[in-house]
Amino acid sequence: MVSMLILAVDTSALATAALVRAHDDGRTEVLESFAATETNAHAEVLAPAIGGILEQAGVAGGQLDRIVVGVGPGPFTGLRVGLATAQALGFAWQVPVDGVVSLDAIAWQVAHRAVEPDGAGIAAPITEDFTVAIDARRREVYWARYSADGRLVDGPHVGAADQVPAGPVVGIGASLYPDALEAAGAHAVPGLDRLQPQAAALGAAAVGLLHAGEALRTPVPLYLREADAKVPQAMKGRTA
Amino acid sequence: MSDAPLILGIESSCDETGVGIVRGTELLANTVSTSMEQHVRFGGVIPEIASRAHLEAMVPTLQQALDTAGVALDDVDALAVTSGPGLSGALMVGVAAAKALAVATGKPLYAVNHLVAHVGVGVLDGGELPDRLGALLVSGGHTEILKIDSLTDDVELLGATIDDAAGEAYDKVARLLGLGYPGGPVIDRLAKEGDGKAIRFPRGLSLPKFVGTAEAPGKHRYDFSFSGLKTAVARFVEQYQAKGLEVPVADVAASFQEAVVDVITKKAVMACTEHGMENLLLGGGVAANSRLRQLLQARCDSAGISLRIPKPSLCTDNGAMIAALAAQVVAAGVAPSGLGFATDPGQPVTQITLSDLHAA
Ligand SMILES: Nc1ncnc2c1ncn2[C@@H]1O[C@H](COP(=O)(O)OP(=O)(O)OP(=O)(O)O)[C@@H](O)[C@H]1O
Ligand SMILES: [Mg+2]
Repeated sequence: MVSMLILAVDTSALATAALVRAHDDGRTEVLESFAATETNAHAEVLAPAIGGILEQAGVAGGQLDRIVVGVGPGPFTGLRVGLATAQALGFAWQVPVDGVVSLDAIAWQVAHRAVEPDGAGIAAPITEDFTVAIDARRREVYWARYSADGRLVDGPHVGAADQVPAGPVVGIGASLYPDALEAAGAHAVPGLDRLQPQAAALGAAAVGLLHAGEALRTPVPLYLREADAKVPQAMKGRTA
Repeated sequence: MSDAPLILGIESSCDETGVGIVRGTELLANTVSTSMEQHVRFGGVIPEIASRAHLEAMVPTLQQALDTAGVALDDVDALAVTSGPGLSGALMVGVAAAKALAVATGKPLYAVNHLVAHVGVGVLDGGELPDRLGALLVSGGHTEILKIDSLTDDVELLGATIDDAAGEAYDKVARLLGLGYPGGPVIDRLAKEGDGKAIRFPRGLSLPKFVGTAEAPGKHRYDFSFSGLKTAVARFVEQYQAKGLEVPVADVAASFQEAVVDVITKKAVMACTEHGMENLLLGGGVAANSRLRQLLQARCDSAGISLRIPKPSLCTDNGAMIAALAAQVVAAGVAPSGLGFATDPGQPVTQITLSDLHAA
């Protein structure tokens, strides 16, 4: 494979974007990256951040080889901002857009020990299958199971925190419900229990999949839950 | 005409994903994808379902609009999007897509008001809007009377519903009559077979204490209320059912419709007369209602007010209205909104465009 220039976007937790170069030898280099500090301003900050990243790198959209976007799981509204952005960018630039499970980004960081800044705290590399979990609210987590080298083996799923497989758990979901994890015979890995999906790692995970000859996903959300169908109080705020 | 700006507008405030393309006041494309059928079983729009549908429809709708207009994205002079009012999650899909297009193309982006766009769309069907203009917007989410001193920088809200929107009242009444969703078209049709005077349903906020006089206006002179009407219809139906009688559905439909239309048209004409508005524009999905059109026309005629009703495809939510308003805004020399703006689910009509947070 020749060197590729990839724009990665993930909004399954924070609004994040990164410009990644995948070299022929499989190495990935993060040229620019952005991660929002606010947790609920995806629609405000993401597009300007992407514009800024490209400008910094002196890259025109048309020079990109592909766009990869986190398909979740994650809170729906924020997730859609990333997908709508990626799809529209791809449409305008005529660049292919592919999806990657957002939890893959965390798995990639763990498997490649590419964790900052608290990575120093990791006692030992994980040598067995592990679970990546993030918050799904309602005392539930979004989770998926990965092999020690970061390959997805099961999931993603959404479910009660006490239903995750036994063994090590990483990701922000690992720190939320310690009692439930214990009941499941699972345990949070210190130093890795705050991780959230980030675009730079998502881009690297995508390159890993491509090198392994695996197909990326269709860029549509993995909601994992039905739409909450309550009849609304019919938009009262709209007129005030 | 050909040097007028070419504008692409995106609308996603409710259950329609719309992309419209205009050149000045000329309509080139008006592509709409609706998730309406997915809401039918709930009897109203479910925000999460609408938002999911917007994401699925966005790129195909964009493509189709460009194909219809026979233009390329790069030909466009400016982009526009609804920033509010509307459903937050739904608005966010359109705004994210519009900002992405702006980043990708470098074109200026205008964040515009959905309600004011319902008025601005008038230029696409009948040309430039007249001065001394009022607007009556009636839809599933809105029932409002506006005074338009300048479409691009001076719009005033004279009155609005204090509870349900008129279209919503149609939908709720249709549900309690077992007529399905959306309720407007069915009730409109059934009402033609019934007697609008059969039952005297209440006209909300019509008592003197609310209306007052032109000199000493009451608190709700130009406001509307439809929830009491809906309750009155429900009571009426229950009484019939309790007695084991067959509900006179056509008479109920006609009388309900008469109550809605009577109060809407009366207050709109009163507002025009009292504010020197010699022209009135009717917009929103309920503008399709045959009785509303008929009575409003008659009352405008008697009061010497000229009435403009854009064609139905421009009255319901669409992207062309967003593009049409933006074309006026661009022509007026208003600065674009930048990329940092937020959606505003409660955006007031006085906020016609959002200004750039990062500009000096
Ligand atoms: N002939 C009619 N008579 C009365 N009401 C009608 C008629 N046709 C449609 N409606 C009503 O119009 C509404 C839909 O209009 P529209 O699409 O403009 O509104 P919306 O999408 O619900 O809200 P908004 O435009 O405020 O975002 C529904 O409430 C429907 O019942
Ligand atoms: Mg609609």
